[in-house]
Amino acid sequence: MPDMSDHRPATLIPGGAVFPHRHLTGIEGLQPHEIMFLLDEAERWIMPNAEHAAPDKRLAGLTQINAFFENSTRTLLSFEIAGKRLGADVVNMHAAQSSVKKGETLIDTAMTLNAMRADVIVIRHMSSGAVRLIADKVDCPVLNAGDGRHEHPTQALLDALTIRRRRGAIAHQRVVICGDLLHSRVARSNILALTALAAEVRVCAPTTLMPPAIERMGVTAFTDFDAALDGADVVMMLRLQTERMSGGYVPSPREYRLRYGLTPERLARAKPDALVMHPGPMNRGIEIDSSVADHAERSAITEQVAMGVAVRMACLDVLTRRARGVEGWA
Amino acid sequence: MTAPLHFRDARIVCPAGGERRGDLYVTDGMIAAAPAEGATVIDCDGLVLAPGIVDLGVAAIDRAAFRAGGITRVGLMPDQSPVLDEPGIVQRSALIGRPDLWIHPIAAATRGLAGTELAEMAICESAGARAVGTGRRWIADSGVMRRVLDYARDLGLALITHAEDAGLTGDAVATSGETATRLGLPSAPAVAEALAIARDLMLAEDADATIHVRQVTTAAGFDLVRAAKRRGVKMTCGITPAHLLLSDIAMSDFRTFALLSPPLRSEEDRRAALAALADGTIDVLCSGHDPRGPEEKRLPYADASPGASGAETLLALALGLARDQGLPLDRLFALLARNPARVLGVEAGVLRPGAPGDVILIDVQAPWLIDSEALAGSAGNTPFDGLPVQGRVRRIFKGGRELG
Repeated sequence: MPDMSDHRPATLIPGGAVFPHRHLTGIEGLQPHEIMFLLDEAERWIMPNAEHAAPDKRLAGLTQINAFFENSTRTLLSFEIAGKRLGADVVNMHAAQSSVKKGETLIDTAMTLNAMRADVIVIRHMSSGAVRLIADKVDCPVLNAGDGRHEHPTQALLDALTIRRRRGAIAHQRVVICGDLLHSRVARSNILALTALAAEVRVCAPTTLMPPAIERMGVTAFTDFDAALDGADVVMMLRLQTERMSGGYVPSPREYRLRYGLTPERLARAKPDALVMHPGPMNRGIEIDSSVADHAERSAITEQVAMGVAVRMACLDVLTRRARGVEGWA
Repeated sequence: MTAPLHFRDARIVCPAGGERRGDLYVTDGMIAAAPAEGATVIDCDGLVLAPGIVDLGVAAIDRAAFRAGGITRVGLMPDQSPVLDEPGIVQRSALIGRPDLWIHPIAAATRGLAGTELAEMAICESAGARAVGTGRRWIADSGVMRRVLDYARDLGLALITHAEDAGLTGDAVATSGETATRLGLPSAPAVAEALAIARDLMLAEDADATIHVRQVTTAAGFDLVRAAKRRGVKMTCGITPAHLLLSDIAMSDFRTFALLSPPLRSEEDRRAALAALADGTIDVLCSGHDPRGPEEKRLPYADASPGASGAETLLALALGLARDQGLPLDRLFALLARNPARVLGVEAGVLRPGAPGDVILIDVQAPWLIDSEALAGSAGNTPFDGLPVQGRVRRIFKGGRELG
């Protein structure tokens, strides 16, 4: 039985003392100060990104493979831009073009990627735990860009960064996460990150879309969205896939909107300056009304996208420091 | 015929006759009341001499694992490729293990195990099937289930069932709970088991049929079994050591060796299983032997195949459970040999004169470490890798003949 764990004794873990992890497979296993460290690292890229500043090519000469076994547009683009801004040679591998469809096992694919001597691999896969499986088989750092319903750590980091910048802090913020929590890796990573950083997390969904025993993750569960919104500092809406809202988990889109749609009237139950977030892509008019999504002061949805690039630059930078021989990390 | 045997000075453990220190004789392949002339003397030095294990419901034939585990007979699950629903296939399965291993096929109760049409149970019985079963599936249609039970009762065959309501389980690979939620795995509520058991037991009771629930693993399931037994329903049930010793926490870090069918349950259910073992609710302890190589296990959790290699570790884990639960060895061997033999309707699992000379000599103290790399069977997918245990089979005899 190979050691599947990432939690090896600190002395054996490559990387610096501030972030002693080889991979970023999830928020689980990260200490609060390590999460904060990644947020701090991301801060430094926000201004240069916004100002189209002269590029910092610290990853020049390194190869970044984005291995996406599941379709993605925005996350893939975000990782690609992040890598390129830092000067890395970025290669994208799409499942549709790969031998995965020809029956090659995930382990074999991992070995192949490893043999190509990538310096960092970014992976998205439709199965929970798949990224960890690959991370155990390759020599370079692995970044989880979403595995099944398990984790999507960079999304949680960019959400935390957005909240910290817009609300001034994360601790003691009342964050409501509403939508399809059952199938959501975004929700799991956000719950882990926000509870670690001492936010008050409320989750809200019909019970058909609520993961069992979710309270054990340190959140309060609601089925009544109006009640959940009471006094909220942040309202984070999740996408509900269309195939799940036609009778399987929810009777219809319009009934879902009736109970869980974020309308201006509903938002009024939250704090007057409450922040509205959505990981995208949005179903406008279903889980979120356009007037809310596009609200200039309240909506942070486009800012989330910008933070995404900064967070991914920070993660790529931090995870490759050892290989680049950065002082204190080698 | 095999040479007569004389086991001298053994700690004889018989589920029917209790435990005694003394000698045991085997003549013409059968246990005998007195020593035959010229019998080969085997000095046992006080080691435990017990009936060979009858492992009810193995998924694959794995001779090396069975031999190492002291298993002399197996009930073979019908989910083979092809499915055990044709007399030719049943007969072949019944004969290929002999003489070292007797395979008692469990024929498919429905054609192709599809749960829609009755299979040729009588023809399969005449070809060597000792019971009929639903395999690893549940018959969803209650009308079909009723007719299967009626028909099996007419033939005097027990129906061996898998108790998970398929509508609830869907594509689940875990029991709903904190671990499944943290790992983001599709899960089904534990009540899926009780729901299936409740329906199957009510139908069996109404049909006056004999039913064996291969694995009961939840508190609610055991409550239903207890109530049914009190009412006199002709039912028995089994479990594997995994559900007695592990809870769903064993899935942490996506350890696919802990992916079982039914999935591992909560700690409360595990404790209920231990209580059911101690109070006699559980009749059969089996390995559920299902060897799966890395090509089926080194995958993301939900994509891997369920099942554990259990034949070789069954005895040692069972001895440990008996020690911890204060279960006498003759009771333990009722669970390991006599009761499963009864479900299959075979005369085995006891050490009284006239019974087959299927015996194992066990050093119950012998310590060893379960090592997935070092198991004798065809695959090392054990969730107990690295666990220190006690109890090793020293010698194994099938029909009075020693297996080397």
